[in-house]
Amino acid sequence: MRTKQTLLSLGLAALLAAMTPPLQAKPSDNTHEFIFDNGLKLIVKEDHRAPVLVSQIWYKVGSTYEYDGITGISHVLEHMMFKGTKKFPAGAFDRIVSDNGGRHNAFTSQDYTGYYQEFEKSRLAISFELEADRMRNLLLPEDEFKKEIRVVMEERQLRTEDNPQALTYEQFNAAAFLSSPSRFPVVGWMNDLENMTINDLHAWYQQWYAPNNATVVVVGDVDPNEVHALAKKYFSPIKASPVIAPKPRREIKQSGMRTLVVKAPAELPYFIMGYKVPSLLTAEDESDVYALAVLSAVLDGGNSSRFAKKLVRGSEVAANAGTGYSMQARSDTLFYIDGTPAQGKTIGALRKVIDDEIEILKTELVSKKELERIKAQVVASEVYQRDSVSSQASTIGALESIGLDWRIIDEFVDKITAVKAKDIQRVAKKYLIDDNLTIAELDPQPLDHARPRRPAANIRH
Amino acid sequence: MTTLITPVKKIVMVFIAVALFSYAQLSHATPEIQHWQNTHGSEVYFVAAPELPMIDIRITFDAGSARDGDKHGLALITNGLLAEGAGTLDADTIAERFEEVGAKFGNSTNRDSAALSLRSLSQTKWLKPALDTFVTVLSRPTFPDIALERERQRALVALRAQKQSPRALVANALYESLYGAHAYAAPTLGYETSVSVLTRSDIEDFYQRYYVASNATIAIVGDLDRAGAESLANRLTAKLGKGEKPTAIEAVAYMPKQKRLHIEYPSTQTHIMVGMPSHARGDEDHFALFVGNHILGGSGFGSRITKAIREDRGLAYSAYSYFAPLRAQGPFVVGLQTSNQQTTEALQVLYDTVAAFLEEGPDDHELAAAKRDIVNGFPLRIASNSSLIDYVSLIGFYGLPLDYLDAFTNKVDNISKQQIRDTFTKRIKLDQLFTVTVGQSVDGE
Repeated sequence: MRTKQTLLSLGLAALLAAMTPPLQAKPSDNTHEFIFDNGLKLIVKEDHRAPVLVSQIWYKVGSTYEYDGITGISHVLEHMMFKGTKKFPAGAFDRIVSDNGGRHNAFTSQDYTGYYQEFEKSRLAISFELEADRMRNLLLPEDEFKKEIRVVMEERQLRTEDNPQALTYEQFNAAAFLSSPSRFPVVGWMNDLENMTINDLHAWYQQWYAPNNATVVVVGDVDPNEVHALAKKYFSPIKASPVIAPKPRREIKQSGMRTLVVKAPAELPYFIMGYKVPSLLTAEDESDVYALAVLSAVLDGGNSSRFAKKLVRGSEVAANAGTGYSMQARSDTLFYIDGTPAQGKTIGALRKVIDDEIEILKTELVSKKELERIKAQVVASEVYQRDSVSSQASTIGALESIGLDWRIIDEFVDKITAVKAKDIQRVAKKYLIDDNLTIAELDPQPLDHARPRRPAANIRH
Repeated sequence: MTTLITPVKKIVMVFIAVALFSYAQLSHATPEIQHWQNTHGSEVYFVAAPELPMIDIRITFDAGSARDGDKHGLALITNGLLAEGAGTLDADTIAERFEEVGAKFGNSTNRDSAALSLRSLSQTKWLKPALDTFVTVLSRPTFPDIALERERQRALVALRAQKQSPRALVANALYESLYGAHAYAAPTLGYETSVSVLTRSDIEDFYQRYYVASNATIAIVGDLDRAGAESLANRLTAKLGKGEKPTAIEAVAYMPKQKRLHIEYPSTQTHIMVGMPSHARGDEDHFALFVGNHILGGSGFGSRITKAIREDRGLAYSAYSYFAPLRAQGPFVVGLQTSNQQTTEALQVLYDTVAAFLEEGPDDHELAAAKRDIVNGFPLRIASNSSLIDYVSLIGFYGLPLDYLDAFTNKVDNISKQQIRDTFTKRIKLDQLFTVTVGQSVDGE
């Protein structure tokens, strides 16, 4: 389901004064940016710890770029990107990467689509040659599409249809957003998948896969000038093409609580609630965003957070309870809370103690000790994140892809440190209010009765 | 799905990653693994990694659910309760003490082992408090009644969560089918009936018996020197009982009366797992089986199973094969998930693919390609401290040779087509494979 993006994934943080030099490294150290004439941006971060590299290419397209009727198309296209060009026919990509001992995969989110390869350090050219080729030369064969769309429908069944909590989340999200494309599931609605055509994909590919809509990020044991030269060789011959910025399609102002019930075969009750909140891109006051991130950590930033102490232990009303907030989004987003009641407890009882916790945030200041603990975790997490070249690259790529400057990775420290107890209280009062709220509850249906099968998709033949 | 990246192409299972991780290749420098026995008789494995100011520690005990006896779930709940009360500290204080210095405490239990882990910044002002708490949790757990009851209730919720997960249902059913009366049959989580009756004295007895220095393997990776690692390793076990190593896990006797089990379940897909017990860690055939499995279904795209099921026919998102060697014979498994109405077709393709591989073995091209993949990709396997600590713990716990990595290049290079064919036909018998399906049966089946 959703992944949590609390503070801990943000970046360097406080307490620097207390630290010795190794910890004073900035996340942006040894990072170099190059922009080519065709608009392609290349960001290279040197990390000479191990003789490896990761090469990622990010396109600014994802489910929030989509429209009714073609939901899931960004993700389907991502699958089809492995189905061949004239130069490298279907299967060649996988074979070439594995011949070189590489690992590779791809991901699609609301705001971007990304592809990556990890290699021993001498093999970067392979990545660039393959990615430059498929940026423009994808064949999109119809026979491959007919098989792959079935794979995607199987994926949807695996992740969503047969997972009661994911199913609840999907419908919750669609109810929370009315006018914004944030309501679409990344994987797409099943009916849209069933009716997708190869022509839809050709159009989507032409529209978004261009050097001026892409960011290449390389992190590892590399020389930035050599990386630049290689990128120039492979990517600079590609011509820019017009990429029309998507319409904003901002979410309308919510004016009243929304509730829904999702029935599905399940054993455990579950609920998810979400308040409309701004992201780094949409916030009028950026400090709100950092305060919300710290607020999220107060409730669910580890085993010493309030939910763990008071809901799982303490009152023992929750078997699990968590929060989620992603400040890194193109559009307005949600501050989530979800949970499963403890054995013998009800959703109602769990909702009550969560409401109490929200009320406490509005009426009492968070203690200094809690804030310091959160900041210590942020400091440490920044060091731990450097253990992975992929994680470092992803932080940079995601920021760029939603339209932010990657250099803000250096600001997180100061901005998190600047969050005061009264800021948390302020954003709690401002955003965590019923008029902003959507709540979905999973109503478990018996697992021992087979439900009607989904009719065979008309895509099959 | 805001932050949600829908990860898309492959499903990589963690335990497979760990299994693969023990294979590597050495045209590149491998990290030096230092090994010694500490003053309390625990085996210590250490890799210095001074580049980042952090330290990873993992202490592993032969205290997995295979040691549960008939008290299924005991190993897991014992491991989980260590940080719920220790010395004079309650669960809240323990959590605070780790997190106020940015340390990450972890615990885990599987069939073979139970482990506690710590990741901390290496500077003394951060490390020392984290380590103090870690040692207290490890050596002075109090197993408070209130925590036991809470964790029991949470385990019951986790058991109910498995009932709504076809993935968990199929895996549990496969292990029960393959292992019968063997200790590997039961899920690590146990059963409602067994978890409900675990007592505090069961837990204390289990802890006293298995969480002892003689039964501990310590792995350390990070920013410290040999002297620092020695003193750290001695500290970890100073307050543990000496104890003794438990007896070996008994060998697996696999004699299935039937070879097919279907569980009716209201999902849109049927989850399929097919397998049989294969071999133990350290088995002489392991390299040949590993390279063969890479070709059969262990390497994702391009491997035979993924190609036949997904690339050629679009029958599944994830289709795979793996060996999961354990102390005793771990399973060989092939599996996938497919829409209910495609189950018969997918099963047939799966069987045919395995049968053809057993019959013919790999061809020259496949074998050469697999060797290139494994050899050229070696540096990726040891590029981070977190992968190193996995690797070092695995070598230590299973007593694999210290030069395992160094020797691996030659071993992989020397594997022949014939060896792969021979070891597969020796270990995997088509007529003994057990098939479990979880989903809705289709009319006419």
